[in-house]
Amino acid sequence: MAEETDIAVPKPRPGGRTLTPYFFVLPAAIVMIAGLMYPVADAFYLSFFDWKIGTKFAKADNVGFDNYIRLLSDPDVRESIWVTFRFGFWTILIEMVIGVSLALLLEKPIRGASIFRTIFILPLMVSPVVVGLIWRYLFDARVGWINYYLGFIGIEPQVWLGDAELAFFAIVFTDIWQWTPFIFIIVIAGLQALPSEVLEASRIDGANWWQQIFLVKLPMIRSILLIALLMRLIDVFRAMEVMYILTGGGPGRATELLSLHIYNRAFDAQLLGYASAISVLLILIVFILSLGILVVGNPMKDKSDI
Amino acid sequence: MQRIDSPSRVWSHYAGLVILAIICLTPIWVMISTSFKNEVLIFDAKPVWFFFFPTMENYDYILTRGKFDRYFINSVIVATISTFLTLFLGGLCAYALARLEFKGRRFVANATLLVRMVPPAVLAVPAFAMVVTLSLNADLAVLIFFYTALNLPFAIWLLFGFYKQIPVELEEAAVVDGASPLQVFFKVLFPMMKSGYAVAGIFTFRIAWNEFILALLLTGRKTRTLPVGAAGFITDTGVEWGRIMAMGTLIVIPPLLFTFFAARQIISGLTAGSVKG
Repeated sequence: MAEETDIAVPKPRPGGRTLTPYFFVLPAAIVMIAGLMYPVADAFYLSFFDWKIGTKFAKADNVGFDNYIRLLSDPDVRESIWVTFRFGFWTILIEMVIGVSLALLLEKPIRGASIFRTIFILPLMVSPVVVGLIWRYLFDARVGWINYYLGFIGIEPQVWLGDAELAFFAIVFTDIWQWTPFIFIIVIAGLQALPSEVLEASRIDGANWWQQIFLVKLPMIRSILLIALLMRLIDVFRAMEVMYILTGGGPGRATELLSLHIYNRAFDAQLLGYASAISVLLILIVFILSLGILVVGNPMKDKSDI
Repeated sequence: MQRIDSPSRVWSHYAGLVILAIICLTPIWVMISTSFKNEVLIFDAKPVWFFFFPTMENYDYILTRGKFDRYFINSVIVATISTFLTLFLGGLCAYALARLEFKGRRFVANATLLVRMVPPAVLAVPAFAMVVTLSLNADLAVLIFFYTALNLPFAIWLLFGFYKQIPVELEEAAVVDGASPLQVFFKVLFPMMKSGYAVAGIFTFRIAWNEFILALLLTGRKTRTLPVGAAGFITDTGVEWGRIMAMGTLIVIPPLLFTFFAARQIISGLTAGSVKG
């Protein structure tokens, strides 16, 4: 627990006023500008054009704000945003509740904890494409294991990925499998970093188990909880690969999160300009959420807040 | 410190962990076991967990009839080069942000954090446009470039934290002895940053190895990476589960190896953004 009161700069030293720092920063900055900032700006620019795949961009029409006007009254975009929020709400709610409660129950360091922790990060390391493939198999109507085991408790075989509600359930379920361990691990790390004197003191003062959790532990890790929440929220707007494999966004648009929607609009419907306009909307949403993270937990700011 | 636990509490603690572990492992085991099953067994629709006669026919098909070797080489090239570039460029940048004073330092730090959040889906159309207009069709270098850009912000963020943990006095001593900034960087700091680079490297490699959407868009027949190759098994004439699972199993081998050998580093990377100390 290094107490970093001022991590700004060591001391001005000879040569510290030269151009050297810029030579260190510049290469990375150029790559990030060309590979991340330029595309974002380009998406903004393209959003003013009606450009279809297979035609030259020089022949694309500048349509002004038409794409944005269309965007505002597009029921498909609205549905996709709704699906994204619904997905975010259920996955994050369930992941936080399960992840945090398990962390509180199992926080105490015990023998063998590192083996378990190794196992818990496995779902995070598996490629999203592979996660999609595995769950597509498990949810398969004909050969899937889930239908088979549900048969034991008297539930008829379901066409999981062919029904709007069931497919939505399937992507939520898959996400919970993959990301609950993440919440669990970072919350446990936070809990174990709490100074034991404080917990001891609260116990001496007569706090019972529940009071310790809700009045001491959770408030003390609130910034971790908030950052975890925001990071998951941003991930919801980045997620698309698992759904691309699992459902392709269907049936209809029932599982088409906003990122996947952009992809489908661009390369399925072949409307590059319109897809760019939706991208701008997505950037705006993510930008606002990111500012939240910057305010709450910027590791590069000068005063540490924990 | 803590209350002395009764044996029953310890046991329920373990029971909870074991149940969680089983939940995490089951889908992965389903993939691995299915990859060793023949079609009859798979389409029997009755789950067999452990006791079946394993067959290598799925692997045999993938390794000899598919283009696995091509995909594999492409993936290795893309993942290793972009990881190396990310660590090199990111390391320099993180060092400057953590240690040197210059105008615009704070701006660079904040901008880095913001671009970290750019969703890959947003890159899709502009990247496609870029490739079309510059006619860079299906070049692995394009993919390497975008993966490096995508990974740099996180790598810089992570390495920044590691640099901060190294006592400044070490460098000051080196400077007093007449070392140049470059010498300080490579001779003094780099050896102490090994675990930091390991963490950043694992995360970078993982993203580059697993990424799918940009790879799908920006690669052609000859430059496909493994995830794109795996997804290709779906569209053709139904789904060939055994072969897909064999492909999936092969894809997850490197990430799984990382997990088993560097779990501690991975966890430190996961928690770097949220937990300090």
